[in-house]
Amino acid sequence: MQYKSQAVAKPYFIAAIGLFVGQILFGLILGLQYVIGDFMFPEIPFNVARMVHTNLLIVWLLFGFMGAAYYLVPEEAERELVSPGLALLMFWVFLVAGALTILGYLLVPYSGLAELTRNELLPTMGREFLEQPTITKLGIVVVALAFVFNIGLTILKGRKTVVSLVLLIGLVGLAVFFLFSFYNPDNLVKDKYYWWWVVHLWVEGVWELILGSILAFVLIKTTGVDREVIEKWLYVIIAMTLITGIIGTGHHFYWIGAPEYWQWWGSIFSALEPIPFFMMTVFAFNMVNRRRRNHPNKAAILWALGTAVMAFLGAGVWGFLHTLSPVNYYTHGTQITAAHGHMAFYGAYVMIVLTMISYAMPMLRGREAANSNRSQVLEMWSFWLMTVSIVFITLFLTGAGILQVYLQRFSADPLPFMVVQDKIALFYWMREVAGLVFLIGLLTYVASFFVGSREPEATVAVAEKA
Amino acid sequence: MSQAFTKAMARNIFYGGSVFFFLLFLALTFDTHNAWPDRDNRAAINDSVSHGKALWEENNCVGCHSLLGEGAYFAPELGNAFQRLGGKDGIKGFIMSRPKDGIPGRRSMPQFDFSPEELDAIADFLEYVSGINTANWPPNIQG
Repeated sequence: MQYKSQAVAKPYFIAAIGLFVGQILFGLILGLQYVIGDFMFPEIPFNVARMVHTNLLIVWLLFGFMGAAYYLVPEEAERELVSPGLALLMFWVFLVAGALTILGYLLVPYSGLAELTRNELLPTMGREFLEQPTITKLGIVVVALAFVFNIGLTILKGRKTVVSLVLLIGLVGLAVFFLFSFYNPDNLVKDKYYWWWVVHLWVEGVWELILGSILAFVLIKTTGVDREVIEKWLYVIIAMTLITGIIGTGHHFYWIGAPEYWQWWGSIFSALEPIPFFMMTVFAFNMVNRRRRNHPNKAAILWALGTAVMAFLGAGVWGFLHTLSPVNYYTHGTQITAAHGHMAFYGAYVMIVLTMISYAMPMLRGREAANSNRSQVLEMWSFWLMTVSIVFITLFLTGAGILQVYLQRFSADPLPFMVVQDKIALFYWMREVAGLVFLIGLLTYVASFFVGSREPEATVAVAEKA
Repeated sequence: MSQAFTKAMARNIFYGGSVFFFLLFLALTFDTHNAWPDRDNRAAINDSVSHGKALWEENNCVGCHSLLGEGAYFAPELGNAFQRLGGKDGIKGFIMSRPKDGIPGRRSMPQFDFSPEELDAIADFLEYVSGINTANWPPNIQG
């Protein structure tokens, strides 16, 4: 660790991992509710478990992004953070607000939570992924502003690199587009249209800038490839991201009351959205192949390469699968969407946060560059367990989705929703088993922080042999 | 990447491309706004529909159902519930009939104990949604 203030990243990473475990536990509850419909009913109905599952994901990814920024920016800017104290304060604000919100979901009926938090004053609740009470949303804005201020000022006062600049653009975009979550008109069509300005322009827009810059940073550090080369790649990748992804928002506008020309705009541009992800894969492998040194943190490099591959598969390939409007007409709002969502979020965003944690955590815990060999081996086991099981979760949901589309929408005699759900239950069971393996992988991951932590650090020579 | 293609060129493509396509997006959004009066069934929005939308949100209906295909996939699509369940009475009857403790082993909608006025509002909201021009989606009545 080159700068003292980078240490504020540590609590962010620890919180991220803790909330990740919670997210997966609720995922398993949801998966079981798909096949045992009354599981935990009425104490934890499906919608509550789902809110906890998705909101925890968003919150822990944000913790991860913030931790990544606090670690990366001082090194890029070659100076201490402007205010490590503010960063720590915001950590606690965000953690407490997040915890209270999740407890609110679990302990109070949702309508009671809406009443308790005076949702009627500025109604923003009850829309997918934006279920947080308005007061929590305001808290998120405060945290985001303080965070962007802290990071932005550090960058402005220090060395300005492409990596930190792209990160900053991504983070500012994240904060700006979140403001659309406060716009909730009675007109459902407008509501939905601008809801996507948060959701799509986050995950298929500015978040990809954050992803790209973190990946570039880790590759610069671990491969020793000339910064000029990596930064050029980064520019090209994020250029393609926004050139395809902004108009690509149109693939959400096909069936929600927007004009039909969106079927053309959306299909054509979103069909190009896999390109930046493919370039990211080529980029990551190229840089690692052209490395000028062997970094002892093999696990971090595995995560970085894994991110590039899985983001392409999950976001790129599985996104393309159902993005053309004639296909989407049948697949819209089915398990196909769920399949894509799982692999895309894992491949792109979960993995990039874990890449950064894998790279930075050894230094944050006082190592020179890497964990012990034993710890890394365990971490790499967790990589494979989680990655392989998410592939299977995705394949099983895709199977369920294809059958659902056929039985409910395509066959000569379409069946009712619930009848179809019963017929595809086998796929849901298999998904749940794959989910259990994912949990084992995640627990292995957590264990890798405790196993071998007293053993000597892996060196390049040792790592080479392993 | 080739040496002739410089970092400055890559940077210009990023800034130029992003700004251009964001402006195009804004222009299309502007045009979309102009097209909406003929498509979004705004004439049907009244106080009861607004109330219904608020109830839809404050009970997190989208946490199980999809509406125009967006939401959760645990329970049926409701954009066409007005047609599928047979009008407002069908919707209200279904919501009222949900058992408090669920159905053993099966998925069941909770019993929300809505007042008659609230039931009306929810049904009005779903009737309004069913009148939005969705380019013929969903493909059939099953949603």
